Amino acid sequence: MRNIIAFIRQFFNLFLFLVLMGIALAILINYNQTYNVVFSGIANETTGKVGAQYNAIEYYFKLKKTNEQLVAENAELRGLLKSSFGGPDTSSVIQVDTLMKDTLGRVRKFRFLPAKVVNNNISGETNYLTLYRGSKQGAQVDMGVIGPNGIVGKVIQVSDNYCLVMSLLNRNSKVSAMMKNGFYTGLVDWDGKDPRYVIMHNIPKSVKVKIGDTVLTSNLSGSYPPGIMIGTVAGFQGDSGSGFLEMKVKTSTDFYSIQYAYLVNNMIWAEQKELEAKTPKEK
Amino acid sequence: MTSLLKNIIRFILFILVQVYIFNKVPPVNQYVKPYIYFLFILWLPFNIGRAPLMLLAFVFGLTFDYFSGTPGLHTMPCVLIAYLRPFLLNLLIPQETTQLSYLEPSAKSMGWASYSTYVLILTFLHIALLVFIEWMEFGDFLFFIGKVTATTVLSLILIFIAEMLFPRAGKYRTNTAA
Repeated sequence: MRNIIAFIRQFFNLFLFLVLMGIALAILINYNQTYNVVFSGIANETTGKVGAQYNAIEYYFKLKKTNEQLVAENAELRGLLKSSFGGPDTSSVIQVDTLMKDTLGRVRKFRFLPAKVVNNNISGETNYLTLYRGSKQGAQVDMGVIGPNGIVGKVIQVSDNYCLVMSLLNRNSKVSAMMKNGFYTGLVDWDGKDPRYVIMHNIPKSVKVKIGDTVLTSNLSGSYPPGIMIGTVAGFQGDSGSGFLEMKVKTSTDFYSIQYAYLVNNMIWAEQKELEAKTPKEK
Repeated sequence: MTSLLKNIIRFILFILVQVYIFNKVPPVNQYVKPYIYFLFILWLPFNIGRAPLMLLAFVFGLTFDYFSGTPGLHTMPCVLIAYLRPFLLNLLIPQETTQLSYLEPSAKSMGWASYSTYVLILTFLHIALLVFIEWMEFGDFLFFIGKVTATTVLSLILIFIAEMLFPRAGKYRTNTAA
């Protein structure tokens, strides 16, 4: 009898071990497939709060660099103001207009929502950022995220006040990109090695690429406005198995020091997706 | 300070230190990544049962995972070392004497040789499983071996530095306190 009890007790521990491992594995797999788990939304909210506390301290040490970035961006935007272009007629008054359509009848396509970065990881293979802006403030899943210097990532999960962003430096991230010189489109992803560089694929070998060429987001990616900078070419080599080049691209965003980012809302993307879903697959 | 209070503080400290200090260290190169958080499990008292030990490791791993944004990834290695810990302790030390007179595993209670073996084996298994899960989909074997070795060595260095910086008084447990 004592032996049986001892056996059951030993078996119970093994059983518990397997169950716990199973739960952990299930969490791991589920989390990687669907991001809409309610529980992780709550957990996200809690860890986001702690992250915000930590960031309040870290932010202080990076004030100078953040300032420089914002000043540089301001200068760039100022250059785009109508008032900085001289012309015969200066009678137009610039007004901030919140209507969906401007006076020329063009529909506003992208809206930018600023957000503070409260948590940022670069040391892993799958990196995420947390931004202090959630569904209550207009953040939605699948929005693109850009920084002052270039693209940052894509929103994969939102809670009430925070959103989780899959960084460009993530094994699973893929961004449609094009060369500024010639508009060849390709695909940018990360190989998990150096957080300063990403890899661009699918550019034919016939294209004449130079070190320093600019890589931009393409027209095909709905999350980002076309023509946002991704980075510059830092090196390239032909893939021996195919007719394509593999290029090392230095990211224009400095992931080590990013403090502010903008969520990009493509306001008419839903319509595009709806139309594409209707496309007949087979006749 | 009671053992319970001490371990609650350790729980919080290990997670915060790992998430906000060691996870922020820019990777020196692609192989090396400093891990120290699982030392919490290695330092838990002797007298904790095996089932509570595993549940505690599960909660600890999951808490850490939610901070690093990948639920489940660090939980599995934590549960693994919690499961293997009692086997290893039974092998390494004369339990009748040590486990009755000391509270938790340390260099003082087990002796340097036994304690080093204990830390080395569990660290290696933990990191091997962690890197294995992380690299399952990429499958470059040499890279896997290199990463496990380098990360284990770095973690061991960190653990022994922690051991020297914070020498835990291997307090004698009296019969009445138990």
